[in-house]
Amino acid sequence: MSKADDSARSSGFSRRAFLRGSGAAAAASALASAPSALVAKDESPSLVAGSTTIVLKVNGQPQKVTVEPRTKLLEALRYGLNLTGAKPISVDGSSGGSTVLVDGKPVAANSMLALQCVGKSIQTVEGLAPDGLPAAFAHHDASQCGFCTPGFVVAAKAFLDKHPNATEDDIRKNLNGNLCRCGTYANIIPAVLDVVKGARNG
Amino acid sequence: MVEYVWPDREHTALLGKSHDKIDALAKCTGAAKYSYDIAPERLLLARALGCPLAHCKVKSIDTSAAENVKGVVAVRAMKKEGDEIFWEGDLIAVVAGESEGAVAEGLAAIKADYEPLDVFVNEADLSAAESAKRTAKSGGKVQLKKEPDDDDKDFEEKELARLFKEAAAVVEGHYGIQAITHMCLEPHGSTCDWNDGKLTAHLSTQNVSGTAGQFATPLKLTANDVTVHCDYIGGGFGSKFAADRWDVVAAQLSKDLGRPVKLMLDRDLELKNAGCRPSGFADVKIGADKDGLVTVWDSHHWSTGGWGGAPLPQDQVPYVLVPANFRRRVTNVKTNASPQRAWRAPNHPQACALSQTAVDDIAAKLGLDSYDVFMRNLANAPEARAATYAEEMKIAAKLMDWKSKWHPHGKGGKQGSVVSGLGMALHTWAGGGHGSSCLVKIHPDGGVEAFLGSQDLGTGTRTVIALVLAETFGLPLEAVKVNVGSSKFPASGPSGGSTTVGGVSESSRHAALDALDKLNKLVADKLQVPAENLVARDRRIFDKDHPDKGLSWKEACSLVGMNALEVTARGAPGPKSKLSSSGVGGVQMAEVAVDRETGIVRMKKFVTVQDMGMVINRKTAESQIFGAMIMGIAYALFEERILDPKTGKFVNAEVADYKLPRLGDIGELVVEIYEPDSERARGVIGLGEPPVIGPGAAISNAVCNALGVRVPVLPLTPKRVLDTLKARNA
Amino acid sequence: MKPFEYASPETEREALEFLSPEPGKTAVLAGGTDLIGLMSRLIVQPERVVSLAGIPSLRAIEVDARGLSIGSMMSLEDVAEHPATAAYPALRQAIGEISSQQLQSQGTLGGELCQRPRCWYFRSGEGLLAREGRSVVEGDNRYHAIFGNSGPAKFVCPSRLAPALIALGAAVRVIGPDVDNETIMPLEAFFRTPEDEHDREHALRGDQIVSHVLLPVARYKSASYEVRQGSGPDYPLAAAAAALAFHGGVVSEARIVLGQVAPTPWISREAIQAIVGCAVNEETAEAAGRAAASVATPLSHNEYKVQLAKVAVKRAILLAAGFESGGF
Repeated sequence: MSKADDSARSSGFSRRAFLRGSGAAAAASALASAPSALVAKDESPSLVAGSTTIVLKVNGQPQKVTVEPRTKLLEALRYGLNLTGAKPISVDGSSGGSTVLVDGKPVAANSMLALQCVGKSIQTVEGLAPDGLPAAFAHHDASQCGFCTPGFVVAAKAFLDKHPNATEDDIRKNLNGNLCRCGTYANIIPAVLDVVKGARNG
Repeated sequence: MVEYVWPDREHTALLGKSHDKIDALAKCTGAAKYSYDIAPERLLLARALGCPLAHCKVKSIDTSAAENVKGVVAVRAMKKEGDEIFWEGDLIAVVAGESEGAVAEGLAAIKADYEPLDVFVNEADLSAAESAKRTAKSGGKVQLKKEPDDDDKDFEEKELARLFKEAAAVVEGHYGIQAITHMCLEPHGSTCDWNDGKLTAHLSTQNVSGTAGQFATPLKLTANDVTVHCDYIGGGFGSKFAADRWDVVAAQLSKDLGRPVKLMLDRDLELKNAGCRPSGFADVKIGADKDGLVTVWDSHHWSTGGWGGAPLPQDQVPYVLVPANFRRRVTNVKTNASPQRAWRAPNHPQACALSQTAVDDIAAKLGLDSYDVFMRNLANAPEARAATYAEEMKIAAKLMDWKSKWHPHGKGGKQGSVVSGLGMALHTWAGGGHGSSCLVKIHPDGGVEAFLGSQDLGTGTRTVIALVLAETFGLPLEAVKVNVGSSKFPASGPSGGSTTVGGVSESSRHAALDALDKLNKLVADKLQVPAENLVARDRRIFDKDHPDKGLSWKEACSLVGMNALEVTARGAPGPKSKLSSSGVGGVQMAEVAVDRETGIVRMKKFVTVQDMGMVINRKTAESQIFGAMIMGIAYALFEERILDPKTGKFVNAEVADYKLPRLGDIGELVVEIYEPDSERARGVIGLGEPPVIGPGAAISNAVCNALGVRVPVLPLTPKRVLDTLKARNA
Repeated sequence: MKPFEYASPETEREALEFLSPEPGKTAVLAGGTDLIGLMSRLIVQPERVVSLAGIPSLRAIEVDARGLSIGSMMSLEDVAEHPATAAYPALRQAIGEISSQQLQSQGTLGGELCQRPRCWYFRSGEGLLAREGRSVVEGDNRYHAIFGNSGPAKFVCPSRLAPALIALGAAVRVIGPDVDNETIMPLEAFFRTPEDEHDREHALRGDQIVSHVLLPVARYKSASYEVRQGSGPDYPLAAAAAALAFHGGVVSEARIVLGQVAPTPWISREAIQAIVGCAVNEETAEAAGRAAASVATPLSHNEYKVQLAKVAVKRAILLAAGFESGGF
């Protein structure tokens, strides 16, 4: 069986066929008229191409943002919504600098597509209570240049949500998804412990 | 006559205590805006394309397809036909467009053709470098106590031979330290906004006051039409002093397109272009007396600063402990790597790692305690510093519990396959203040602010300035507003070489004292008291002999009239200053555990005792030391630039591949600031650099003490540790 | 990234309909921790990306008399925390070693198995085999393969769960091109050593997905051991998993699998042969490690990995048998 046959054999040939030209434009314009929906309910209910407007729920607020499939969540937050706390540091999320919470879980916003986050609840550092971890980090001087700090604060938030009674040893073992170049690790440990001990709200 | 001094310890309200950084919360909530975060309306994003070859000639660059990519607005070639390229990743072209995706596509559509040329990158192998004709003699020095006879041509060799023959112990060793990069988490770059013939450049820079002119000349402007802004910078470490060639391209694009343009280097191009620290390798032969005092030193060191970059200079080896008789020779190796840039304490970490390891090997050879040998070798330290080092060593040893933990090299107990060891090193740095001017405004309503064309690298510069003003005016810290980060403010020097705290504390203390002097004259007139009797304390200005005679700060400020009282003053660092001086040092002791089966080294405990003259903000001073220790752990155990030996390609130029320590890798860190009255009396001295110097040698010495064998080249990766153990057993 | 279409199917059937058999034309998006970075660097350039996140059947663990069926889209963290995985310590330990909350919550079981090699020549655009392996042989190969590297493939399989899963006897359920085309294959058969640039490092066709990982009822004592330089999410230098069955105090059956040492997870028949029939102790575990290492063929810069492979095997065996590893 040739490849073409193989493809045609499927009942969903039109879905398998790649949207091209007018197809992409049609998908985009359909979306423009229904911005709150992820996709128009047409023949390809779950296929998006080209530029489209989606709604992301960020820090409790639904917000419209125009994206392409290739738009990363980080790019949408920074350039679409002016939330620049999450930082671009690595190409793949390995620095943890772009950490945000999606449905409460810590993820790297620069290794996720914005479209993956439709219908989910996104929390960025800007949405955290400043008197909790941010204040603890500030008091313990757990930032120097500060470029990694928002990602670290969000990662610490995720960690404490899950391990509210974490020990120093737990912190040393688990807060390793984030990279700091200035060397603030020594001050991050007591900052996070402060919140564990109830000195500040998490 | 205003006397420019600091208040003494007991009359100090704020200085020397621990204070939160005034901008810390903005960083921890994401509110702080970095150059990367600035996004004016109609912003275009730009990225650069790097050359895939490490040495080649450009045959052609075709940007036409890139220009036709949807969403691409402009493409600029940065090289032309015939240009020679000397390292992989050098910038070929820049694409500006409407989205990250469009720009990426544009970059991929650029067609460039190159003629490959010979590549050499392995400077560790000196004979290979010689065969490749990439070496050049680079100075050196001979210092021998004995005078030669007039006709003795071979005196140098004969005298060295004699000294080695007389030595109780002689050690010959090879030592090395690989090149590393700065890896600023915010890459180099800028957001440039051209408007009405003027340029605003949000530049990620350590040099706010010095970079406007670097944009102006290529854009055919004068510097008055350029404003450089940098409120927050995501790491510099010595690599961000200039408006770089890619920044100028961004500014030119903004001018040509009439839209703001952001060009931040991609991570890989950042590592390939925007700074690295020279490597260092040395063959060292030293002789010592029976107590371990080094009497003669003979070394040859070589390194690369990349293509056209300065290598490790000749003057820092041997480091701190300089015996009476020594000879050093230096070779520069030219490699196909990007030119080096200043890296925190330029050249000192390498010099320390090449020198104080050799001193420790004398201790190993004689079976002596390294502490005793270093103490004995303080006889070779600069006389002015030796006593301070000795005090600091005693404190550090106590904090480390050195004496009870010590075992001779390689003779410690084993737990499973794990052995432990101790090592130490000494360091020094100048740290005198740079030139700085400060404008202080005292508003009629009592508001106080300062303006300096300085920058806060995260070290707490804003807070230092605020503390100096608040202390001077008798105000709480939060009553003072500090404005830095604009080239339109009175000029300050670049933040490098630990010069900032000395510089800005000088200028802000001068300006604040001058302003207070003027204010005091107004208060004296009003209250009919002698101005010289007035003191500013606890939000009041009052007669020190009649404390009830006084005005609240607000009342006093209302005397300045309709407009703010403004004073601009320049600091006067130098030998005559009572506010600042230079020359600091410290002692570092490391305790490590090494798994002999896997070669993995773990930090157990790491102690730094550091002098720094007078402390302004204890909290941020300690943070600087912690940070330096962690950066030291990084280059001692983890990080190195890895260039493909054949192609010169920088293979680990991504965060995922460039190994750095994480929070779990630092062990227990202990910091002690050595600040007796004698130190405090010296005034303010910078400390950003010094504690990053010793970790390489201290940790290498600790590993050597644990294993009983020197792992010669840093970083001490499992590969290097295992290869060393295998070679010894073979 | 190049432009692409984004598909978010809600059923396995729908997902397969979106996929193309043509290699590289479509890409399956699981957690994204690897794929998005590869797309950003233009190392892979699919025309369509099919996200599996909206398919409920891929996100559940089912337990029955045959063992576990774990949906490929379960996050690593959810797998490690599910009570049903308690009987498989090697698996839980392997997940625990991935020392990043972000990777554990964003990364998925299927994505972990299908992630692309970390080889820096591959990741800088020289192709999966890096110029038929020449770049690796002539270049810096300190992290490359020491076993199974006689062909052009010199990279190491990056999966950190595969050694544990193979040791535990796992299989994968692969579906496609149609939903009723189901293949269940032992996980060791899933990984392949590519012979040319058109091959992939696993058995999946472009129009197939891994839907589930199947684990037989636990009957081994098991452990994973990674030689990791630091605490971060760095990949280990070498790793091993051991699953041991005992009879009368001696090992009656063993499955010993190394990771990060060969283009596929490396089942060490030599180590298995050495340890079966022995009581586990420092000496026998060491002998098994030595046996594993005896067939290594290191490259110019990675001989140290032979020692690490030996130690990883020894320590995995000791840990599986309930002893201390003896090192870090």
